[in-house]
Amino acid sequence: MLKINKLHKSYPIGDSSLHVLKGIDLSVKAGEMVAIMGSSGSGKSTLLNIIGMLDEADEGEYILDNVPIKNLTEKKAAIYRNKFLGFIFQSFNLINYKNALDNVALPLYYQGIKRSERVEKALFHLEKVGLKDWATHLPNELSGGQKQRVAIARALAANPKLLLADEPTGALDTKTSHEIMDFIQSLNDEGKTILMVTHEEDIASMCKRIVRLKDGVIMEDVFVEQVRASQYV
Amino acid sequence: MFDRDLWREIFQSINMNRTRSLLSGFTVAFAIMLFAILFGLANGLTNTFDTAFADDATNSIFINSGKTSKASNGLQAGRRIQFKNEDQDWIKEEFGDKVQYITSRVYLNVTATFKNEKNNYTIRAINPDHQYLENTKVTYGRYVNASDIKNKTKIVVIGRLVEEDLFLKTTAIGKYISLNGIPYKVVGVFSDDGGDNEERLIYMPISTAQQIYGNNDYVDQINLTYNPDMSFDAAIGFSNILTKKLKDRFQVSQNDQRAIRVRNLANESKAINQFTFILGFLVLVIGFGTLIAGIVGISNMMIFIVKERTKEIGIRKALGASPKSIVSIILLESVLVTILAGFVGLFIGMAVVEFSGPILEKYFIKDPSVSLSTVIGATITLIIAGAIAGYLPAKKASRIKPIVALRDD
Repeated sequence: MLKINKLHKSYPIGDSSLHVLKGIDLSVKAGEMVAIMGSSGSGKSTLLNIIGMLDEADEGEYILDNVPIKNLTEKKAAIYRNKFLGFIFQSFNLINYKNALDNVALPLYYQGIKRSERVEKALFHLEKVGLKDWATHLPNELSGGQKQRVAIARALAANPKLLLADEPTGALDTKTSHEIMDFIQSLNDEGKTILMVTHEEDIASMCKRIVRLKDGVIMEDVFVEQVRASQYV
Repeated sequence: MFDRDLWREIFQSINMNRTRSLLSGFTVAFAIMLFAILFGLANGLTNTFDTAFADDATNSIFINSGKTSKASNGLQAGRRIQFKNEDQDWIKEEFGDKVQYITSRVYLNVTATFKNEKNNYTIRAINPDHQYLENTKVTYGRYVNASDIKNKTKIVVIGRLVEEDLFLKTTAIGKYISLNGIPYKVVGVFSDDGGDNEERLIYMPISTAQQIYGNNDYVDQINLTYNPDMSFDAAIGFSNILTKKLKDRFQVSQNDQRAIRVRNLANESKAINQFTFILGFLVLVIGFGTLIAGIVGISNMMIFIVKERTKEIGIRKALGASPKSIVSIILLESVLVTILAGFVGLFIGMAVVEFSGPILEKYFIKDPSVSLSTVIGATITLIIAGAIAGYLPAKKASRIKPIVALRDD
């Protein structure tokens, strides 16, 4: 599904440059649920951004679903992001003047799907996250957990191959975090491949594999016994 | 471009920034309003000039004679200069195709009678070319023609108001009116844009008048039009040479301003043309200046909107928005605000011009108006203006990197 070889990335800081990723090798198979952990500055977000095609590596190889991701034009990157990837952010990143339905339908709009079909698909995904009745509500009328569920519905709408989550529970309380994790686990059970950045041990333990980063290199890469979130809900 | 969803997005965005859109639209609206009003007024002024000269052909030259004011060639001052038929023929021969139409005039004051109606009128005894010089419009019958001149026929062409005065509600054509006791057949009735006085005139063949009222070949005035292919400057040069040669012909000093007077409408036309040109130019400068201020205003607003929506644009890009779709949203929003505001301004401007028209008549501004071609021109200008205003902000928006936009502040 995803293969990364000797990935390097550095950011210029003034005259010198900060070497953030120092040769990352990672390969993820379809259906996996991987947590990327590390303290701040370890490069975990940079890695996720590169995987998400929001940023480009300086060196190394990145193959997503047998497509080498290299030298992308903005247009091509947009198409790949739309086709392959679903994003879930810590701060939800919903568009605040669009209601839940329109937010979920947005990736479909960029796929060029016509309106009636967009609404139908968006409603289906909203129902899946249990928010069908909230379809016409604006984001500021929703709770944090609801917002994240709308964001998940949006990430699912385009039926992506890979779900990328950047601290999906970072802005939520423990109870809501567990609800969201429960839902993400159920998506993984259905076969979705999920890659998530977190610094919370208990959230990471709900994944099937933990990759620990430190100073731009992978310290540890282990498969773990998944803790089901449903027991806390 | 005509994607309904795209327009939904744009209206949503305008709706979100209603006050700001309104305020920056105001500048554009004001620019176009100012332009429409100024343009209308300039048009009104031009109309006034046009009507002032509607009476006569604009390429007319009038030649009058008087008494000499200076001695010359051994002749005393105070000598009366009298034009004759031969002078008209001489001008025609001398200047050939520089002269378009030429006529002489003899003035007479008569009492005209028809049945019980009686009134005093001025007669202009003329050559057939006179019709074109004066822009006379024959409504019924015919004008004086060459055979009238040759045969010295006793016919007249009367003004619309003469017919009204003397013939009341009946038609004058074919009837005989008496001018100082001599009967003339009415062969035509005319109208003239020069006003009531021009329509209270009676035209008759110059040869008839010369024979009956003086038995000579004197003429009071010679009028001609110069070849309209000539430029104003060429026409003015032509009338200068004409004046010089006429003065020589009558042995008048070249410095004598009174003996022979040549008035060339080209002088006035040139001045008016320059005036309208400068006026039009000023209107354009002011209009465009204000429009540019409007463009800057809208551009400013769009840059602000892009800045404010950086995060949203980043989200859209992360979800698969192409740079093109971002550019078209910003560009179309800018064009839309510009066009809407522009049309409001145009509408208000046209309304102001329309309603103030009757009041302005006092100030030499007649029928101020904004033509359809101006409206179309303004629309095209607005679309271009909106595109210019939106270009930089749109470019800026398309360069936003999703990673920068999504960073949590």
